[in-house]
Amino acid sequence: MAAESKTKYDRQLRIWGEQGQAALEKASICLLNCGPTGSEALKNLVLGGIGSITVVDGSKVEAYDLGNNFMLDEESLGQAKAKCVCSFLQELNDAVKAKFVEESPDTLIETNPSFFAQFTLVIATQLLENSLLKLDKICRHANVILVVARSYGLTGLVRISLKEHNVIESKPDHFLDDLRLHKPWPELKQFAKTIDLSVTDSVVHKHTPYIVILIRLAEKWADAHDGCLPSTRQEKKEFKDLIKAHMLNLDEENYKEAIEASFKVSTPRGISSHLCQIINDAAVQVDSTSPDFWVLVAALKEFIENEGGGEPPLEGSIPDMTSLTEYYVSLQKIYQAKAESDFLVMEQRVRNILKRIGRDPDAITKAYIKNFCRNARKITVCRYRNIEDEFSIPILPELQKYLTDEDYNFAVGFYILLRAVDRFAANYNRFPGIFDGEVDEDISRLKTIAVGLLSDLGFHGPALSEDLINEMCRFGGAELHAVAAFIGGVASQEVIKLVTKQFVPLTGTFIFNGIDQKSQALAL
Amino acid sequence: MANPLAQQGRWRDLDKLLARPGNIVGHGFEHSPTLREEIGEFVRVLVVGAGGLGCELLKDLALSGFKNIDVIDMDTIEVSNLNRQFLFRLQDVGKSKAEVAAKRVMERVSGVNIVPHFCRIEDKDLEFYNDFNIIVLGLDSIEARSYINSVACSFLEYDCDDKPIPETVKPMVDGGTEGFKGHARVILPGTTPCFECNIWLFPPQVKFPLCTLAETPRTAAHCIEYAHLIKWDEVHNGKAFDADDPEHMLWVYSEALKRAELFGIAGVTYSLTQGVVKNIIPAIASTNAIISAACALEALKIVSGCSKTLSNYLTYNGLEGTHIKVTDFVRDMDCLVCGPGTLIELDTSVTLSQFIELLGEHPNLHLLKPSVTYRGNNLYMQSPPILEEMTRSNLHLLLFDLMGKVPKDTIHVSGTTEKNGKKTSCLRKLRVVFKRVVGGSTDMDIAGSS
Ligand SMILES: [Zn+2]
Repeated sequence: MAAESKTKYDRQLRIWGEQGQAALEKASICLLNCGPTGSEALKNLVLGGIGSITVVDGSKVEAYDLGNNFMLDEESLGQAKAKCVCSFLQELNDAVKAKFVEESPDTLIETNPSFFAQFTLVIATQLLENSLLKLDKICRHANVILVVARSYGLTGLVRISLKEHNVIESKPDHFLDDLRLHKPWPELKQFAKTIDLSVTDSVVHKHTPYIVILIRLAEKWADAHDGCLPSTRQEKKEFKDLIKAHMLNLDEENYKEAIEASFKVSTPRGISSHLCQIINDAAVQVDSTSPDFWVLVAALKEFIENEGGGEPPLEGSIPDMTSLTEYYVSLQKIYQAKAESDFLVMEQRVRNILKRIGRDPDAITKAYIKNFCRNARKITVCRYRNIEDEFSIPILPELQKYLTDEDYNFAVGFYILLRAVDRFAANYNRFPGIFDGEVDEDISRLKTIAVGLLSDLGFHGPALSEDLINEMCRFGGAELHAVAAFIGGVASQEVIKLVTKQFVPLTGTFIFNGIDQKSQALAL
Repeated sequence: MANPLAQQGRWRDLDKLLARPGNIVGHGFEHSPTLREEIGEFVRVLVVGAGGLGCELLKDLALSGFKNIDVIDMDTIEVSNLNRQFLFRLQDVGKSKAEVAAKRVMERVSGVNIVPHFCRIEDKDLEFYNDFNIIVLGLDSIEARSYINSVACSFLEYDCDDKPIPETVKPMVDGGTEGFKGHARVILPGTTPCFECNIWLFPPQVKFPLCTLAETPRTAAHCIEYAHLIKWDEVHNGKAFDADDPEHMLWVYSEALKRAELFGIAGVTYSLTQGVVKNIIPAIASTNAIISAACALEALKIVSGCSKTLSNYLTYNGLEGTHIKVTDFVRDMDCLVCGPGTLIELDTSVTLSQFIELLGEHPNLHLLKPSVTYRGNNLYMQSPPILEEMTRSNLHLLLFDLMGKVPKDTIHVSGTTEKNGKKTSCLRKLRVVFKRVVGGSTDMDIAGSS
């Protein structure tokens, strides 16, 4: 990477690294409709150095566009909106290839579905139900990721649609370190044995890493308890007392760390339920068409069931802890060596599987396998229903739950009403509440539609909040800049996660609640 | 001049929200077709910070009906800002953030007036801050937030029932981001917690113990901090380290590398060296956009009442899905900053200079080198020198006389105090009561008991 780009992107490279940046720079994004929601979403991506953007919009700039879209100015009035937005976006970063197509997205979806196949990802903003359902089918068919974003008054939504998204580097915020204190391997035990816990040199005593303290004392405990580790609350307390008894004085940081981490010697063995679900997924029955990710999962499953003895490959890194440099570096090497040997086993299994399914055994790189091993406990699979299924056959128990749970009142109300305004628009060729004089009529019309929509879904429970229906008509289809910037911001954040394949993207439908800001994601 | 054609119907969308009645709205919402214009004309908003959040805020506010905006920032534009501070271009590097940001937004959004202030927030006096109806904070430092918070809270006055007097409430909206996470909050001094009420939300950064750096380094960061905090001073007798000087940074990097090699520690890179030494917080456009939009929307709601106000603290986490959580924190009733003020009882014989001395010894204040203002008048100013000279003669006068012989009143003092071993600017509101003066507390007590 060029030095200037490195400096310019420094603050984001610290989050997703050069690999993530390279993925962004390779991505081509298509935006449908360049109102404020779409323009703001693209702005954030252009700044971050996305590869290319294509802005699709068939409308001309009108006065009201200047009241909510920063990517236009008075000079733009009467001109093609796509062209104007595109040129203002280009100003933000000349490394991005920016193009525009002056055509209505609805027409494009109708007449030229193959157009979308060229993109990595399509961001569809302010699209009505009819076009959205068609676009979803087109994108699924072409393996193009779809991100839907909608701003409507003080509400809006963001929803991702693609068959499946796999994440190796999910980078969770808090995750237990992979220390294997409950199951130390021989080399680690051996090393721990070489260190004398009752050393008289007080500097060494207070710089004995807690990993060593815990392994040694767990062994001591097991010897006194028929080979068992502390398991009951009482035993765990006694184990802590045992650690305390080895302290020379009460301010030895390493012993405090040991007490704090003492539960780790008796963490249940084996893998999390999250990982268990993934390795038992049907996709693990791999064939020549399986994605590399699932080949790795298949190998992981074999590893866990064989060499791993119920555990995934070791991550190989340890957190900082109070220690002599020499002890710490030795421990690091021991963990790295075990991770390396686990990796070699995994690699062999991957090569064998590839051979078995008729692919080149070297088709998957060492770096990919290594990265997978390092993150094996954290891999994540996100699946998305297609939008038509969600709309016609929602997960009823979930919907029921949302409709009756007060905490979800606004979110589920807006979810239904955002769909209802599209039906309204299909019937009346405009959104409810557009005209000041017809707000009251529109309220009862929208209510009828919303009730009909719910009963179509098989739900005949309590009606939606009247206040919310009122609000929806008051909004009159307004696209407010601050709301659009929020929704566009969330959409671009999700695009970044999808393109870099890092972090975990949103699942379900994110409903923005601009009234009290209690926005929520609904899994329907 | 604004193009009249462009103005017609321009605010169609925003007006729907402001001109129509609603069922779920804030207190005192008076919907009106002219509400947007009134906000534009009469509301003055101050944006503190013209960085990642500030750029977004200026855009969002300008497109939310605000027309009188001021922005204050002492920083100049750097190349590493360009991945998110979208109002700046490569050719702007080195210029004032506030000035360039104001200019760019005014060029784009006709009719909006943005006044930039290229200076430190401490350089402005209280009157400057008091002129705004609302303050929106886009900052990345705890100290700066704390300072603005104390300024905004200093205007707050309580009535005799200890209820905040509405005209003295200076609302604040505060945003902050770090990587994929952020927060937005609404502070209505006297009603919702101020920044200081739950300062525990911002724990001070943990520093490595010096003995670890000197004797038992284990990580790359330890090696870097050794070079930065210990080795630099050993070698460069007296020359201060400057994190913005690339040669200084390179020196630290190469020393850290040597040390890492000596101890067999991996992972020292130039980028990490910069990150550790400058305590760089990762920042991206999308998170800033999300948080700023939430703040701007709240600012609009506060001034117009067009919807409910966030109550009162929102956190956003985009690491796993999109999680928004709203927490209704409660005030610390003993808060020194947003409470009625620290009570100080004085004899009428106390001179201003004795009073100043007392502030340094007061257990709750520990205020060093304080300046003193009373009802907008400078009684004593430590700086600038010209003001110091002008007010010096007050030092030997009686505070009682300087305050017009009132039995009790509020007085503002600003100076520095030590927090977590760091000197920070701070501003405090004091309730001064003179003993044995009719109307002062002591006399009232005596009167009550007799
Ligand atoms: Zn407070």
